Amino acid sequence: MSEPGTPLGKDLIGLEGLDADQILAILDTAEPFKEISQRRIKKVPVLRGKTIVNLFFEASTRTRISFEFAEKRLSADTVNISSTGSSVTKGETLVDTARNLEAMSIDMVVMRHGSSGAARFLAERIPSNVVNAGDGWHEHPTQGLLDLLTIRDHRGSIEGLKVCIVGDILHSRVARSNIHGLRALGAEVAVCGPRTLLPPVPEDLGCVVFTRVEEAIEWADVLNVLRLQLERMEAGYVPSLREYNRIWGVSRKRLEAAEREILILHPGPMNRGVEIDSDVADGPHSVILNQVTNGVAVRMAVLYLLAGGQPEKAEAAKQGGEA
Amino acid sequence: MSERILLRGGRVVDPGRGVDAVQDVLLADGTVVSVAPGIEAAEGTHVLDCDGQVVCPGLIDVHVHLREPGEEHKETIATGAESAVAGGFTSICAMPNTDPPIDDPAAVGFVAAEGRRAGFARVYPVGCISAGRAGERLALVGEMVDEGAVAITDDGSPVMNSGLMRLALEYAQAFGIPVADHPEDVGLSANGQMNEGIVSSRLGLAGKPNAAEDIHIVRDLLLAELTGGHIHLQHVSTSFGVASIRRAKERGVRVTAEASPHHLVLTHEAVEGYRTDAKMNPPLRTQEDVDAVRAGVADGTLDTIATDHAPHHYDEKEAAFADAPNGIVGLETALGVVLTRVVGEGVIDLPTMIDRMSCQPARAFGLPGGTLAEGSPADVTVFDPTATWTVDPGAFRSKSRNSPFTGWELTGRPTTTIVGGRVVWSG
Repeated sequence: MSEPGTPLGKDLIGLEGLDADQILAILDTAEPFKEISQRRIKKVPVLRGKTIVNLFFEASTRTRISFEFAEKRLSADTVNISSTGSSVTKGETLVDTARNLEAMSIDMVVMRHGSSGAARFLAERIPSNVVNAGDGWHEHPTQGLLDLLTIRDHRGSIEGLKVCIVGDILHSRVARSNIHGLRALGAEVAVCGPRTLLPPVPEDLGCVVFTRVEEAIEWADVLNVLRLQLERMEAGYVPSLREYNRIWGVSRKRLEAAEREILILHPGPMNRGVEIDSDVADGPHSVILNQVTNGVAVRMAVLYLLAGGQPEKAEAAKQGGEA
Repeated sequence: MSERILLRGGRVVDPGRGVDAVQDVLLADGTVVSVAPGIEAAEGTHVLDCDGQVVCPGLIDVHVHLREPGEEHKETIATGAESAVAGGFTSICAMPNTDPPIDDPAAVGFVAAEGRRAGFARVYPVGCISAGRAGERLALVGEMVDEGAVAITDDGSPVMNSGLMRLALEYAQAFGIPVADHPEDVGLSANGQMNEGIVSSRLGLAGKPNAAEDIHIVRDLLLAELTGGHIHLQHVSTSFGVASIRRAKERGVRVTAEASPHHLVLTHEAVEGYRTDAKMNPPLRTQEDVDAVRAGVADGTLDTIATDHAPHHYDEKEAAFADAPNGIVGLETALGVVLTRVVGEGVIDLPTMIDRMSCQPARAFGLPGGTLAEGSPADVTVFDPTATWTVDPGAFRSKSRNSPFTGWELTGRPTTTIVGGRVVWSG
């Protein structure tokens, strides 16, 4: 798939199938890009002249903004297309959307779509690079990468760490990208949540399973706490948000029972008092805002690499060269 | 008009009478006149050299979707019936989940008339169990039978209301027709896009568990036992489902059942890459289930092989997986797929295949055909069991192209299809 010198092929659809070298190359490429966001003038000409379409068929605030900052700080020209309905309900099929984009000779598409497989569908039909910004329950690879980068920042290495993803695993693209990425880098991965919100056989995905959060906390070095979407309660997967918090909520009291310090991640947006208590989210072991900061750097790295950039030249590129 | 046709020197396989020998078959006036070695061709007889070919009672598919009325962009009764004969089928049973559904005698008469007008395979209408396929009260079953309905089903949807299913199984007995059911507990499978398992977990697609089908199969078997009615279970895809039907048959329950070619040769792995041509309902399941369905066909637990031919326009399948409809076309690949991958792999022998694709379907739905006995309808399929070909949906007679077998190398394909003593297709 990947050409010599670049860890990615044409697209980034998911972390499944990427090996440790590829993932580490992306994370290493993100390192020099972190600094750009700290500058007074946050702009480098790496993607000057490239056109990128941010195609969001599902509502998104932080992912869309994070991509947009990454693109603008790399000097790409960007267009945002947002539609809360799917292309189908709007009357235009995804394949027609793809053909229209192709006809306008754009360089990259960043797409969020409600259907699993939609990113791959698009990538197979247009020559432009496609970055999956979340497809249904399938994958959200840049979220997985920014989670990996954040864990590595704080723990030095991923290998050998015990990471538990807590919450709605079944419907979560973040969970799937995390599982594949963490496992590729040698972490032990567990999932924890009510059985109604776990995949039918989580062990199939290579995960240890906990149904009680206390057990997960006792086991883990890192907790990645997922948002419980209100619609899951409405659909009857859990009886009430209050009960969810009492049984699966990550609270300070539960964390204090653990012998080790546990790093706390959350992909946002948080439901304070549901899956995570405020004193945990705002507490000393929370790295939730570091995740947001790293999101921009990781997305810069992915865009740079898909444009043909090489990891070892990222530092130089940032000083004024182009990809 | 039908003519005198002599099929000379083929391997005649007529499982109903235990025939498997090189013989000649003489057809005249729409019926089988004689099957014997060395029949003389009287003047004016059309002689077909069948050396190296298999000559058998015409194949019968008790489960096809012809989409007319309402979705003629996918298929019509005429194109479906032509697709059937191109695949070696001489009779097909048209499912009633059209728009509007075939739930009254006029609609049944329309399907039968269009089938006759097309002049390819015999088209037998199947009527709805419930009015409007709404699952609430019985359709006009008796009047539909008078117009030619050979069975009833709400296929595409199950009959969820057990009370209604009981009534259907009781009421249908007056007319000697089977009640066919699509076994699926939709409470368990409502949003499912594929088989629930490792592949669905990885792809992030909602799953349909085997239990959704198993529960419904067991319920239908219990109701058939309760009522003494004839239940026909459609497209059985699960290991437990096959085992349940086997046990019910041992108890004497009046049950017949189908296996689809795709459930005999494909697993849920075929969905990898979000291939919408591998999206169907019931979904492709695990190798264990495939093995059980194969064993069920081999021992006769699953009486019939039926395609569940389900045409869809390419626009509709060219979509994100969840947005694509269920179903694949099957009429023109069934014989080749079953010969190559089921007979070819030693699961069943060739006479058993013909039994499951001709004799048993005729028996299950009470149709003429399924035999080459003298005086029976001159519905005959001739196929070359050694011809190799590559599946090219562009060459299909069907209006639709949605096949998971695209590009497959198959061995065995029909060469002549005869319906009512008339050659309706030769390839």
